[in-house]
Amino acid sequence: MAVAVPILPSQQLAALNDAYRKAVAKKRLRLTLGMAVFFAALVAASIGAEVNLRTLFTYFGHFVSYFDRILTLEDGTRVWTNVGEWLWGWRKWSLLLGETILISYVGTLFGALLAFALNFLAAENTSPAPWLRFVIKRLLEFCRTVPGIVFALIFVIAFGLGPMAGVLAIALHSIGALAKQYAEMVENIDMKPVEGVRSTGASWLSCMRFAVLPQVAAGFASYTLLRFEINVREASVMGFVGAGGIGTELVMAVRKFYYSDVSAILLMIVLTVFAIDIGTGWVRERLLGKDRRA
Amino acid sequence: MSKLPAAQTTELRARYPQVFDRPVSARLATPVMLLAAIAIFVFGLVHLGFSPARMLGGMHQLGWISMMMLPPDPGSSLPLYLKALGETLSIALLGTTLAAVLSLPVSLLAAKNIVPSNIFRFPVRRFFDAIRGVDTLIWALVWINVVGLGPFAGVLAIATSDFGAFGKLFSEAIEGADRKQVEGIRASGGNALHEIRFGLLPQVLPVIAGQVLYFIESNTRSATIIGIVGAGGIGLQLAEQIRVLEWQKVSFLILMILVAVAAIDWISSKLRFAIIGRRAVA
Repeated sequence: MAVAVPILPSQQLAALNDAYRKAVAKKRLRLTLGMAVFFAALVAASIGAEVNLRTLFTYFGHFVSYFDRILTLEDGTRVWTNVGEWLWGWRKWSLLLGETILISYVGTLFGALLAFALNFLAAENTSPAPWLRFVIKRLLEFCRTVPGIVFALIFVIAFGLGPMAGVLAIALHSIGALAKQYAEMVENIDMKPVEGVRSTGASWLSCMRFAVLPQVAAGFASYTLLRFEINVREASVMGFVGAGGIGTELVMAVRKFYYSDVSAILLMIVLTVFAIDIGTGWVRERLLGKDRRA
Repeated sequence: MSKLPAAQTTELRARYPQVFDRPVSARLATPVMLLAAIAIFVFGLVHLGFSPARMLGGMHQLGWISMMMLPPDPGSSLPLYLKALGETLSIALLGTTLAAVLSLPVSLLAAKNIVPSNIFRFPVRRFFDAIRGVDTLIWALVWINVVGLGPFAGVLAIATSDFGAFGKLFSEAIEGADRKQVEGIRASGGNALHEIRFGLLPQVLPVIAGQVLYFIESNTRSATIIGIVGAGGIGLQLAEQIRVLEWQKVSFLILMILVAVAAIDWISSKLRFAIIGRRAVA
């Protein structure tokens, strides 16, 4: 069956084509300009970061050979041919990884408790006073923007070397991040229960406890678990600045060129992170039910 | 409020056993979990060496340090710090771009609608996960060993850790693309290249561009700290000034970081909205 495709008369077609070309040309011009600006920024950045392509190519060989070296035991065989020798320090490393998880756990819980206390003051619909909300929001922004490891650097000097500095650094950073997520969640609640509770003459505290909390508790728990997951990664590097955990051991292995140890510790970190990811994912699924999974 | 009569209460109890007579296991679950959480917390506090005396001493020290930080003052090294900040921004931009360029082709291999076979997709996905499981700072440490101290190691560290993240996000964006447009191109006689160029790319590109911008933003934060292990940028200055206890310079550097991050946030959110419209980026 033949279908006749109607073709417009040439005058009409020319006008339409013209308009189309103009519209596309405008879009293309904008795109080209954007790309030009982007490439200019890239060139400026490569000068700023002392990059040039020749060194990149030379170094790429180094990168490959570095991985070759960290996957080779001292007697020249591949690491996976002698797993016992490769993971010789697994007892010590497991303990340190346990400490890393503990740092992250205690830090997250500390952070979550304080964030919980502060978020009702920072959320628009529950904050008792605008000036208080402003002050707390700025404070949280500060905690969130300054990286955890910078806090750790300062805390190591104030509290001394050791995991305590790491815990406090993680806690402080978590307060900022969690309170923001909590507050956003509180801002999205249904206000009718709050009005209902307030109409019975309840205080601000009772309103939070009986009208707001039941709506947000599961979400809070889910965000806290996610933060715990992120903090495990963060805690694994706290040792770089002397704030406890597996990081100290890793930095030592890298700096002293214990090649096979580097790969062994990296492997154990990755496996731990996987395990924590899967574990928290499972708990969150149970907590929220399958349909509400983010 | 008046109490319900006893008969009515028993009737209610009988009608809603799932509310009044929950099994012991369900009733105990929450308190037991709470107790376990608190027990681990207390164990952690003891094991990690928390003590009131240390806490108090540290707080005292911290208060003293905060006093020393005021007012923020760069001394005579302001040009040096500005250069370091420029370096940090360069590291973030270059690292993110490099990661995006490298991970786009690989992410195709992890997308379900491009590579239907599970056998190929699974290892690629796990590979991305493994790279993401390692913190940027660790990658920086590795790259310093390979290419030496300096901002170049920072660029490569950011690129490596983002490679994993982008691979996952891009492949999800590609999987989320609508098949109908691709089929439409094919129906009108386009070849495979046309399908990708006119069917897939217009759908995927804005999403990817939004994600790349978002990562440039968050990498500005990461780039400020990789200097701590020696990979260039403002973190190097910060770590140095903390080590020599020049607190006024430290507070100035922190202030610089805050301002720079806020500025980048503002610019990139403007750009993002311009590219993808007023929609939230996942």
